Amino acid sequence: MIEVKSLYKKYGSIDAVNGISFKVNRGEILGFLGPNGAGKSTTMKMITGFVRPSSGTILVEGQDVQEHPVGIKEKIGYLPENGPVYGEMTVQEFLRFIAEIRGFRDPMEKEEKIDRVCDLCRLNSVRHQSIETLSKGFKQRVGFAQAVLHDPPVLIMDEPTDGLDPNQKKEVRKIIKAMAQDKAIILSTHILEEVGALCSRVIIIAKGALIADESPESLLERNRRFNALRIQVDGVDNKTVRNALRDLPEVSAVTLNDNYFEIFPKNKRAIEALVLKTLRDNNWLITHFEKAPVGLDEVFWELTA
Amino acid sequence: MKQIVPLFKREFLGYFRSPIAYVFLIVFLVVSAGLTFYLGRFFESRVASLETFFNLQPWIYTFFIAAVGMRLWSEERRSGTWELLLTLPIRTWEAVLGKFLAGWAFIALGIALTFPLLLTVAYLGNPDWGPLWTGYMGSMLMAGSFLAVCSFTSAITKNQVISFVISVVINLGLVFLGWSVFTELMSFLPLSWVDGLSNFSYTTHFVSFTRGLIVFKDLIFFLSLTFFSLLLTVIVLEH
Repeated sequence: MIEVKSLYKKYGSIDAVNGISFKVNRGEILGFLGPNGAGKSTTMKMITGFVRPSSGTILVEGQDVQEHPVGIKEKIGYLPENGPVYGEMTVQEFLRFIAEIRGFRDPMEKEEKIDRVCDLCRLNSVRHQSIETLSKGFKQRVGFAQAVLHDPPVLIMDEPTDGLDPNQKKEVRKIIKAMAQDKAIILSTHILEEVGALCSRVIIIAKGALIADESPESLLERNRRFNALRIQVDGVDNKTVRNALRDLPEVSAVTLNDNYFEIFPKNKRAIEALVLKTLRDNNWLITHFEKAPVGLDEVFWELTA
Repeated sequence: MKQIVPLFKREFLGYFRSPIAYVFLIVFLVVSAGLTFYLGRFFESRVASLETFFNLQPWIYTFFIAAVGMRLWSEERRSGTWELLLTLPIRTWEAVLGKFLAGWAFIALGIALTFPLLLTVAYLGNPDWGPLWTGYMGSMLMAGSFLAVCSFTSAITKNQVISFVISVVINLGLVFLGWSVFTELMSFLPLSWVDGLSNFSYTTHFVSFTRGLIVFKDLIFFLSLTFFSLLLTVIVLEH
């Protein structure tokens, strides 16, 4: 669907994007992660044809973005950062304008398309309000409606949930997920929880270069604490416990933090059963036992810092 | 090409979404008529023509058209909507042309609303209609060139004030070059130089229209100035 091959973008002497290549297939939701200024937005702008690459090729459904700019734009739905919209228009006027420019001239077809996205994005209650009077959540949904009006096979969204409250975020994610099956979707975000909740694949970009391209699950496995355990034991001195655990063949290290033992497995394999058995065999009283919480935060930090 | 229609519609109607359009039209009409009557001594001249009205137009346009044109692209750049617009299936030149035509139509409306002046000369005397029609035609053409320059200056900046100032400077320059005061001031230069310079002026090319003549090179001047300014707009927007 989308194929990006060794993409470069220079602004003067600054390399905004430095040789990025990746593919996105139908049915995938690709999450773009990276610190601010890493080149996420620039890459998306190049795919949509808004910014011209310094070199490299972008194919959308096999067509080159540079050679068929208008043809490609028909296939792409794009929600730019901060969801810019013409504030002085009403939601309906704005969506009509988009529909007409997208080539839906037949009044029946046009209204049908607008009705569909108003239902999808729950805009019916504000259809006749001018956009500048709407709340940020509604504005964002108008931008979103505009992007999916023509039911595009490719959807590109730059921080679609930025600035929304938790309920609105959930709402927008639900809409995105609902449309995912038959589209190739790229979205950028700096909210890590969103990646786990939404994306089937993650690309991490830092300083214009691609440093990871994998599923959120395998990205989690890169966490130092993946499959590590946090336990607390009563009635026995720390040294005894530590030594007993450290001697286990599957354990690589045991540390003591704030009265909690952290047990790290070798090769990040699961060790719950083994550790539990050891503690039971010694008849120690277990007051706390959990898998160490792992997030993408640490992984992200380690990869991009 | 078909995409120009919805864009034109949006832009043209967009002028009337805010009260500024009405304020603009009223002030434009008051100033046009007022200057014609007071500065141009319309009655005292005792001639049934609009020559004084037309002569003042380049000066009025310099400021009024800059006010219409300053927001063409700079507003879109400031609010980020140009990213939305230029990622819709529309070519950059189509977007530039659509916006330009809408602005031009709005100004044409303003010019058309000066018709009471026509009625006045028709009532007071027995005007020669030829120069009146060609004058209006030249006026529209000239307005297009003014606006195209504004289109370019608004594409280079996010700031409407900067866009306004630069377009006023450029357009004023192009008015000055043909103004008699300026040509006299430059009389120390060889005559051919002065003529050459004044060839780049709106006034030089507008004057024959107001006398009832449609001269080919004047037509070409306005059309090519419009064309090149719009072309520059496209180039700036595409970097």
